[in-house]
Formats: sequence, structure tokens, C-alpha cells
Amino acid sequence: MSEPTNPEKDVTDAHSPDVPHPTDEAGINLVVQAALAAFAAAVNLDELKAARLAHTGEKAPLSLANREIGRLDKSEKAAAGKLMGASRGRVNKALAERTVVLEAEDAARILVEETVDVTAAPRRRRAGARHPLSTLQDRVSDIFVGMGWEIAEGPEVESEWFNFDALNFAPDHPAREMQDTFFIDPVDSHLLLRTHTSPVQVRSMLEREVPIYVLCPGRVYRTDELDATHTPVFHQFEGLAIDKNLTMADLRGTLEHFARQMFGEDASIRLRPNFFPFTEPSAELDIWHPGAKGGAQWIEWGGCGMVNPNVLRAAGIDPEEYSGFAFGMGVERTLMFRNEVPDMHDMIEGDIRFSEHFGMEI
Amino acid sequence: MRIPLSWLREYAQVPADASAEDVMAELVKVGLEEEDVHRPTDELSGPIVVGQVLSIVKEEQTNGKTINWCQVRVVPEGAEQTLTNEGIDPSGVQGIICGAHNFVEGDKVVVTLPGAVLPGNFAISARNTYGHLSAGMIASSRELGIGDDHDGIIVLSALGLDPEIGTDAMELLGLYDQAAEINVTPDRSYAFSIRGVAREFAHATNTPFTDPASLVTVDAATGPGHPVKLKDAAGIYGKDGCDRFVTRTVTNVNPALPTPPWMASRLSLAGMRSISLVVDISNYVMLELGQPLHFYDADKLTGAITVRRANAGETLVTLDTKERKLHVEDLLITDESGAIGIAGVMGGASTEVSAATNTVLIEAAHFEPITIARSRRRHKLPSEASKRFERGVDWKIADVAAQRAVDLLVQLAGGTATTLVTDEGTAPEPVVIELPAGFASALIGIDYTEDQVTWSLGEIGAQIETVQGGYRVTAPTWRPDLATKQDLVEEIARLVGYDLIPATLPTAPPGRGYSRVQSQRRRVVQSLADAGLTEVLSYPFVTKAQNNTFGAAEAGEVPAVKLNNPMSSEFGFMRTSILPGLLGIARRNHGRGFRDLALYEAGQVFLPGETLGTATIPPLGARPSDEELDALYNGLPHQPTHLAAVLTGHDSPVAAAHVPRAYDWADALDVARLVGDVLGVEVVVSQGAHQAFHPGRTAALALRNGTHVGYAGELHPKLLAELDLPERTVAMEINADELFEAAADVIVAKHISTFPISTQDVALVVDSAVVASDVLETLREGAGELLEDIALFDVYSGTGIEEGKKSLAFGLRFRANDRTLTADEASEARAAAVVLAAERFGAVQR
Repeated sequence: MSEPTNPEKDVTDAHSPDVPHPTDEAGINLVVQAALAAFAAAVNLDELKAARLAHTGEKAPLSLANREIGRLDKSEKAAAGKLMGASRGRVNKALAERTVVLEAEDAARILVEETVDVTAAPRRRRAGARHPLSTLQDRVSDIFVGMGWEIAEGPEVESEWFNFDALNFAPDHPAREMQDTFFIDPVDSHLLLRTHTSPVQVRSMLEREVPIYVLCPGRVYRTDELDATHTPVFHQFEGLAIDKNLTMADLRGTLEHFARQMFGEDASIRLRPNFFPFTEPSAELDIWHPGAKGGAQWIEWGGCGMVNPNVLRAAGIDPEEYSGFAFGMGVERTLMFRNEVPDMHDMIEGDIRFSEHFGMEI
Repeated sequence: MRIPLSWLREYAQVPADASAEDVMAELVKVGLEEEDVHRPTDELSGPIVVGQVLSIVKEEQTNGKTINWCQVRVVPEGAEQTLTNEGIDPSGVQGIICGAHNFVEGDKVVVTLPGAVLPGNFAISARNTYGHLSAGMIASSRELGIGDDHDGIIVLSALGLDPEIGTDAMELLGLYDQAAEINVTPDRSYAFSIRGVAREFAHATNTPFTDPASLVTVDAATGPGHPVKLKDAAGIYGKDGCDRFVTRTVTNVNPALPTPPWMASRLSLAGMRSISLVVDISNYVMLELGQPLHFYDADKLTGAITVRRANAGETLVTLDTKERKLHVEDLLITDESGAIGIAGVMGGASTEVSAATNTVLIEAAHFEPITIARSRRRHKLPSEASKRFERGVDWKIADVAAQRAVDLLVQLAGGTATTLVTDEGTAPEPVVIELPAGFASALIGIDYTEDQVTWSLGEIGAQIETVQGGYRVTAPTWRPDLATKQDLVEEIARLVGYDLIPATLPTAPPGRGYSRVQSQRRRVVQSLADAGLTEVLSYPFVTKAQNNTFGAAEAGEVPAVKLNNPMSSEFGFMRTSILPGLLGIARRNHGRGFRDLALYEAGQVFLPGETLGTATIPPLGARPSDEELDALYNGLPHQPTHLAAVLTGHDSPVAAAHVPRAYDWADALDVARLVGDVLGVEVVVSQGAHQAFHPGRTAALALRNGTHVGYAGELHPKLLAELDLPERTVAMEINADELFEAAADVIVAKHISTFPISTQDVALVVDSAVVASDVLETLREGAGELLEDIALFDVYSGTGIEEGKKSLAFGLRFRANDRTLTADEASEARAAAVVLAAERFGAVQR
């Protein structure tokens, strides 16, 4: 065998004096110990591979010694074979064990190397948002639907009759003017932009069978200049219940239940006498808002009352047989004090920051 | 209505230390809403005292002005000056510079001493001016915030006063008084008077009330007064425009006499300017009793007074010296010279009282509300008088109010009363209401006792008679709002107290939850937010040009609903498309620095139909006939729910290791498709054309049945430039109602085949003008039922493809329901598809 001078190869040279005789138990043991030491010393899979080649390769002392068995006397073969088998077994076992350890270390190292800065993650998907006026109406609707009420809707361009006369606003009564109405041109078409969602109550009474329990949310219009607390286009939700033997106590109970759903168990309501053409008796509704900015306090919230018999008559319902109650609140106003919106402009300008701040919630 | 507390105290038990806030807190309990507080001492503080001018030295200044250097005694001679503020002279005499000249030595005046603060946070101190140390100010009513008199300082003797030197002038001028301002609802006309509010205060506090009317003794008439004829030939709704007209005459009135400070102060606190003693008396009586009065200079009247409707073409110069063209519905006060006033609205100039008036004719009349309301509206003349008449005045108070005016004219203006009295008219029938026992309890939910019912109705001034099964209640004449048993129940409930109403929760019958359309709309609106779009709400007011551009695919006049009284005449129309509003919001956000925008809005648009409205509307209080209702319904414009979106910029924010994608026309289509997906409705896309959109990048959107539902694509570059929006901004708008309607009620399940799939690709070369969806649909048709799915995965033109052609590459997925397909079967189906595409479009396989 003429091998180039190579220190590594030298180690495995068959003629090396390090190659023990296959019956030389002490010599073989030394070689085995050397292999085990080399495996243990390998700190990564590359070094282990080199150690494996050096100690289990074709030219490794153990392999070379094993090859000598064939040349032995029959009498020596069995013992030598047993010795060599056990020795090679020890070496292979050590190699396998070390491989498992180093492979695990290697896998762990790769995972460590793959570490990223999660705080620098891009936002690949745009976050959308609902407008809080719309989510608030949904929330209010959910509360009433949960009570078994239904949601009624109607047109925004409405007949004067539904908006006023059916609601007992006499043609020349000052209350009619107080509504600051947008009229449709020509005026003698008797159309207008509804000034409240109450025409939907009349429609509900005409279209549905009593008993009626409906909530009417929607957009309404009045000729108020836009300022911090007014807007010509705004939203209301109104409730209407028509049944036998309904009382003002039922109205209070309904409003109290609703107030607690919206403002917590500590909320309550207060009724003060007021006037609306479509209810008699009528009341102004204040809410005790425990979470109000600046501390718990009474806040004007809306109007309510027992449905005026003339309104029932307009819908063909006999006021001697049925009674009813109605109430109405402004969505913008509710949003202002519930969510501490300081200025009406924020609600109507469509600045995306306003919607996005609320996200999908209210 | 502003209520000076000193006035209220005359007729109600208001505690001496009660503030305006305390009074309002009581009144709100009975339904008079608090509005504001008016309190001179919030802006004004003393020492402000009565002084006497001892000497005046006139000194001419270099600027040509003459000022007066005055010595003013502010404590009585011999008395000690107890005030020690800096600048107050212990001698009791102050040296004061004064620029006014309407006073002489010896006059008693109002002196604001150092330490006083006047309205506008004007602190008085001794200061050097015009070469003197001026230690205080001689005040005008304007400086004290109680008038706008420019004629100079207050001279107390001119007000008929001679108080002791050193007297607290704030007390003298009524400046410690304060007023509670309440909001009076349109039904409570009586609360536009101290009389009415005092009664309500008594209700609220359960204390005694003195009716001011009861303090007036009406003189027994000794004969007829000025002749008056009530000749209304055309009452509105058949009601006489005037059902009572009282006149009284006071002679020898001295119009030069001043209004006493107590009266001026109350009028000022009540929000009325002091004008002249005679006019002030008329206003004072109106505020006190709620009866508007009109005073005539009796010497300027020509003959008998007639109350009648105006003749066509008649005119009148009113008090404000404007000539008014009268309408035949206007109710007039006339004499033999013609019109001398629009009844209850405004008097005429020709008979006005003036500084030369000697004899005053007092009119205390009762007019019908609708007549007054219409005249006031027609002539745009809201006045204190019309406000009360159109809400209803107590018929019975007219003679009392006239007497009160007579008394004051005698007492304050030196007049002589005559007892020749005119009182024309007929009392209206009393309003009698049957109130069944138990009705109030049944409506309110409180078991009212009989005592509570009779007490509360008695308190408000009604007469109650117990009859079989309940009560017969006669409403007081000052409560025209009480007409039904429900009205009485409100009175009982509010006097006993709304706070006592218990809370019970009624049970609604089993509900049906949200309607199908309501839940569809909600899911669509939510899903767009889930998909990353931001919901906004725009005003639906648009310009004519905006409707013409966005409301129709082709240029032309778009029918739209027009507002009669818009906020701005430019935005005078209701939207036919949501896009103008949405684009305005996009521009605003862009202007505020937000470049990446994905906005949407769902809302009604307004599309006029054949008829607009109805010529008449049914009366109130009765159900219209079905025909009438149909006419009302049919007169409304069509108002479908539209959904629109605008996208510009990029789909996501810039970030490390992330390149955001620019929105393009396909994103607009995706929004429409998403809506379709959410509803389970296929949105069919075809090449479209719309004036607001890029002519080559517009999709027309339709339902499978061909119904057109909207557009999506890139907006027209010219339009974007005009709107100052970024290039390549994309948009979509659909009629959501059409999609809601098209959604299936029940979705029938599809068989899921578990046999293996066989995929085949095909590339077809077609003319550039051929659209992909047509080819795709043709392949689908040609491939037959084995085709499970087909998708366009590449469009190519360029090298290797003939000029004017393009290559469309499709992936086809075949699967059978009942067996594993062989390669041949799939290939056959694919070949059949290609053959059909070749037939229809001349497609050639690449």
C-alpha cells in the first residue's frame, strides 16, 4: 500500500503499529477507548463524521484488526470474533448515541438561528372599521330584539301625513314648526325629509297586527346648522308598543331595562312632564349615567309617553281597546355622552381615524 | 319665558333666599324645563350708591371735548363714611370726572365707587385722568348693564325718585333681583305669564298661590266705550277670528313720565327693553297676566273699530314703518280710515302711541290661534303677542288685563280712568271632559285615590263634578290644551308626581328576530369592515351636477328629489348615488394626510318615480282610506339601499420587509364580489361603460338573470383630476336591495364526490377584444358536467403571439360523482370545450 503522506491517513494505516492483533484484548480495548473518546470529543456533526471515518472506516485500526480474523487459526477465530464483535458493538453504540445528541443540538441551533424580531412584523392585512353610529344602532337593536321586539324601518323622504298629521301635529300648531323641516320641492307635493323616525311607528301600526312591539332606528333630518352639538342629518331610535292595558309603568320598566343594558346595572331613569303632540301624557327622559365623564349624573336622553289616541285612530286602532307607549332618543347624543365624543364634527366628517378608533366595537 | 323672582314672589311662596336655580329645580318637576339664569349680580357688584352732585366744573380739553369735574356727596351730610376701599374719601365727598352733560348741580345720581365691578369685568378704582384723581364713576344704565340708553347718566329725579344720599343704588334699581328662564312647551300657553308660572310653582311646592287676576277689581261699566264691531265673514275652519274685544279709555296720560325702576328692572330681567312708560305698562301687563294688549292713541282713531278679514289688495304700514301687503286671510283691526293693525301680530303706525299721546285706547282682545299663526308666518312677524295668541290665551282675562292697564296708567302715568267699557264677543262653550273612574290608574299604573284625582284637577283650576262612573271635569279657561281624558291624566300624573310611577316590564309576544333583509344588510356591512374597509356616513345632499355625473351611465339630466329649503342652495338635491358623498370624504381624508383609503357606505338613495307626492293629505285623527294610503305610498320616490366603496393608495401600510400592493380596478370588483359571496348571490361581471368611470376599466355588475345592479372599476382620470383625488382611485356602487332579493331562501346541498380529480390546462389564442369571462363560460359549457371547476390563470400577449391577439390560459378540474375518471375521459371533455371556444371565438390552442 503506497499512500501519500497524510497525517490523517497515517492514523488508519494497516501497517501502523497502532493496529492491534484481533486476539489482543488489551490492544483492542485501547483502540475502542480511543474511538469512544474521539466520538465524545466531537462537538458537531462534522467532527463526528471525521471521528466515525477514523474509527469505523475501512482503514480504522478496528476494521483492520477485524480483517485479520480470517487469517487466524481456527482455534483463535471464535474468541477473536467474539472480542471483535463486542468491541465493534460498543463503538457503534457510542457513535449512534453521540449522533442523536449532536443532531438534536444541531436542530436546536438552526431554530435559534432562524429567530426573527416579531415586533418588526409587517401588517399585511388592513384592519377595517365600522362607523360607531351604525354599530350603536346595531347594539340598541340587539337589546330590543332580545326582548322579543322587532325592528321596523321606513323611507327617509316621507309624506307630510306620516311625519306630522298621523302623529297628531295639527296643521297650524307651533309644534309643527318646531321640527325645522326640510321640505321637498314643490312644497304642494306634501313630501319632506322625515324629522323623526316616528312615521315608521305609524307605518308599523298600519301594516302590522296588534300587539305591536317595534324599535325604529334610522336617519332623520332637521334644518339645524352643523355645529359642535347639532347636525342637519342625524339618527334616532324610537320604540313603540301597542297592546291591551299598557301603562306608563310599563314604559318606565322598558326604559329602565334598556338603560341598564346600555349603561350598567347602576343606571336608572327619571321622567319629567313634557309635551309632544303624539303622546299624552308625555315625559322627558333623563338617564342616571353612572359612568359619565365627570362623575355619575342625570343626562337628558330623549322623550316618551303614552301614545295619543289620535295617533292610534290614524292607524285604525281603537284607543278604547288598546293603549301604547312610545319613546325616542338620538343616536348621536347617546354616542356623545356614552362614548365621550366631544364634537359632532367628528361623527359626520368621515375622518377614518374616528371609525378606526372604535374598530368593530362600540 | 324669563321669570323675575321678585315678581313671582308676589303670587307664590318663593323663599326669600331661593335662587333662580332653586326655582327652576321646582318648576322642572311639573314640566317647565330649565333653560338659563339671568342675574345682574353675576356681573355686577358694589359699592354702588346714590350720590348728590355738589359742584360741576366744566373743563375744556385740547381735543375739543368738555369734561365735568364733579364733587359728589355719597354719604349724608354729617354722617360718617364707613367704606374704606382704597380711593374712597373719608369726607364722604368723591371727586369724579364725568363726560356726560345731562345733569346739573344738585341732581341725585348713581355712583359706582372704587371697588365696584361693572359688567365686562370692569373694575372701578381711583385713577388719574384729565389732570384729576377721579375716584369713581357716575353711571349710565348702559354701564350697569340694565339698558342701552345713550343719552347720558342716570338722573334719579328724572325717574321720579328722591332717595337719601348713600342709599344702595343696586337695591333701588332692582339689581339684586334675578330671573329663571324656562322653556315653555307649545301646549302650555298659560306659562307665558307670571300668573301661569306662579300657579305651577305652587303645584310643584304644594304651597298657596294668589291669582293676580283676583287682585284686580274690574270697574263696573257706566256705559259703552269706543264702538267695536266683530265682523269676521271668513273664519278659518269656520271659527270666528275674534271672539272677544274689550276696550278701555284712559285720558290725560302724561307720556313724558318715566318708567319706575322696579318696572324697568323687571322688564329688563324678563328680556324686554324699556321703551316708554305707556308701552312698558302694556308689556308689563302682558307678562303678568298673559294677555297681550294693544294701546292706540285714541285721538288718531277715525270712528268705530271693526275687526274683519283683509280685502284683496289692502295694505298696512305697521309699527316698524314697513308697508305690508295684506292677505285675505289676515284678520285686521280697522277703523273708518282702513286697517290699523294685523290682529294679534302687529299694530299700525298711524294710530301708534307717541310722546304726544294724551288719551290711550286699550285693546284687550281674544283671537283665534290659527289665524294669528298664519298671519305671523305670512308676514314673518314673530312677536310676544303672536306667540301667546297662537298658543291660546285665557278668554276670561281680557277685561281684567284691560283694568290692570287702566290702573297702572292712572297710578304711574297720571291718567284718568273712564268707566265707559266696550266688551264685544261671546264666551266659548266651556270644555267639559268625562273622566271615567279608574282611567288615570289604568293608563299610568298607579292606583290613584279619589282624593288625588280631585285634588290635582282642582289645583290646576278645573271644576270637578262626581258623576255616575267617574267625573265630569270642566277645564279652566286658561288651559286650551286640555281637551281629552288623557290630557287630564297627565295633569293628575304630574301633580301627584311622575317619580311615583313604578317600573313594570311588559312581555312582548314571541318575536321573529331580524327580518331576512335586516340580517343580510348587517352581514354585508360587517363583512366589508372585516375585509379591511372603513365604514363612513356622508350627508345625502348633493349638487345637480353630481347627480348628473354619478346617477346615470350616460350624460344627461338625472331626475332627482329637490329640496325646497336646502342648507345650501348648491347642495339642493337628494343623492341618486352614494359616490359623490363618499368621494368627498375620501378627499377630506386624503387632505388630512391619509393616502391609503378603503371607504364604504351603505344607505338610501332617492329615485323619483312617476308621481311626486300628493296634492292633498288626509286629516289627522282618522285612518285614511286604503286609496288615500296607496296614494301616499305611491307618491314617494323609490329609496333603495345602495352600497358603495372607494379605494385609493395601497392595500396595507408600509412595513419592514413588506411591499404594499397598490389598489387597482380589480379591488373594486372584489368588493362587489365579496358582497355577492356574503349573500350567496353570483355577481356577473361584464365590460361596462359609465361616464364617471375609466372607459376601458369599468365592469358592469349584474345578477345571473341579467338584472343590472351596479358598476365597479377605475374612476375616470378626468373626474379624479377635477375632484383632486389621486390617479387610479377605484370605486364601486351596487343596489344592495337587488342582491338581498336575489339571495336564495334555502340553499340546496351539493353532492361531494370523493373520487380523484383530473386536472388539465389549456391555453387559447383569441382576438384581444374577446373578454376572458366569455371564453371561460364557453369552456364551462363545452366541457360538460364532468367539469368541477375552471379558472383563468394567465393572460399573455407579446412575443410568440400574433399582433392583436392574446393568449388565455385556463386550469380545468374534472371529477365524476360516481367513478374515477380516465385520462381519456378528461381529455375528451377538454377537447369538447376547446371546440366550442373555437366555434364561438375562433380560439386556437397554443
